Amino acid sequence: MDLDLMITSFPKLLGATVVTLKLLSASLFFGLFIGLFFAILRLNKNIFINKFAYGYSYIFRGTPLLVQIFIIYFGLGQIEYLRTTFLWVVLKEPYWCAIIAFTLNTGAYTSEILRSAFQTIKPGIIEAGKSLGISNKIIFYKIQIPIAIRQSLPAYGNEIILMMKGTSLASTVTLMDLTGVAKYIISTTFKPIEVFIVAGGIYLFMTFIIHNVIKYLEKKYSFQQ
Amino acid sequence: MELLAFGKTGWGDELFYATLMTIAVSITAMLVGFFFALIFTPLKLSKYKTLNLVGNFYTTVIRGVPELLVIYLFFFGGSGAIMYVASIFGYYEYIEINAFITGSMAIGIISGAYSTEVFRGAIQSIDKGQFEAAKVLGINKFGQFYKIILPQMLRLAIPNLSNVWQITLKDTSLISVTGLVEIMRQSYIAAGSTRDPLFFYSFAAVLYLLLTYVSMKLINKLEVRYSKGY
Repeated sequence: MDLDLMITSFPKLLGATVVTLKLLSASLFFGLFIGLFFAILRLNKNIFINKFAYGYSYIFRGTPLLVQIFIIYFGLGQIEYLRTTFLWVVLKEPYWCAIIAFTLNTGAYTSEILRSAFQTIKPGIIEAGKSLGISNKIIFYKIQIPIAIRQSLPAYGNEIILMMKGTSLASTVTLMDLTGVAKYIISTTFKPIEVFIVAGGIYLFMTFIIHNVIKYLEKKYSFQQ
Repeated sequence: MELLAFGKTGWGDELFYATLMTIAVSITAMLVGFFFALIFTPLKLSKYKTLNLVGNFYTTVIRGVPELLVIYLFFFGGSGAIMYVASIFGYYEYIEINAFITGSMAIGIISGAYSTEVFRGAIQSIDKGQFEAAKVLGINKFGQFYKIILPQMLRLAIPNLSNVWQITLKDTSLISVTGLVEIMRQSYIAAGSTRDPLFFYSFAAVLYLLLTYVSMKLINKLEVRYSKGY
């Protein structure tokens, strides 16, 4: 056990954690909107819109995140036309490519979570709203969405943790996030166990915080108060 | 299309063998995972607090740390650890473990943590009366587990195990960083030498979709078989 290495590598890894957290928060933020959008499409009665939303979530949930990042980072740059548009400003940066891949990935999972939450809302609640003369729009925004958010909290908490672990793949497209820096230190010092303990500890700490925040929110918004 | 031709002109046969490699690693990892689940599920269900702690430590750490980090630990630390153990027995030569073993062990430990949770959940949701009835009938511990608990548990566990299988299958793509030639690595090589990454990575995505689709169909059949009595 090399304690000195653990102490000297800690600040470096902590600095890299900021990159991980930035990637995580950006992709969760955008992913939530995409997820909500596709969940609403899934509930649409039109079969084409419905199938389109299902296809999106099926493809992104059925393939590894690594493939998705590689397609976006290495693959899209190959299309000559894209290089001439403004999109190229975004797509040539590995940082934005990673965020796009993570957003689309978490969006697919979030859409499934939200869809099942919308579907478990008892029809009686919506009928009650209707019979009180509330418009469909308000029923959706004031009744369905709050209930769906409460329903999906536990599953969404898991998704946040999975996404946090997913951001480690950013290191494969040259980003120096927590895993990227950890790998760099391991490959220069050949002390994998020490670095793993420190980096793993930081990840576990983040998991712990996310887990408890979600638990707190679940309690706060539970029905029995 | 000639990019996918079999033989020396295309990448068809290479990608085919790579797909077989992915399937082989996934199955090995899943079996390694079952082995770990077999050890840690009883620990998590044990009456003793210390054993509980060991079981919880395993599942919490593995499920809270990125898969890639675990793979790096095995990739860089695997042969070191083996050499250390060998040196105790007086063997000082350099030992290199092949990428297949490192990869399937790393993914296996990850998949084992998920399997442990699935088995724990399944056992806990079996009615307590089943255990008691088995005891009352004088069935020995071995028979209790294999003839009464296991068949009921499998029915409850299969849907969740199919999720674990999907996670394991997708995680194997991460082993490509260690140089094992599976779908992802082969696509990387092909993309590098033909300068056509979009095609090869998209094709890799299609291969993964195909694998998840086919395995879902097979698991659904299994599910029907095990829930015959219900």
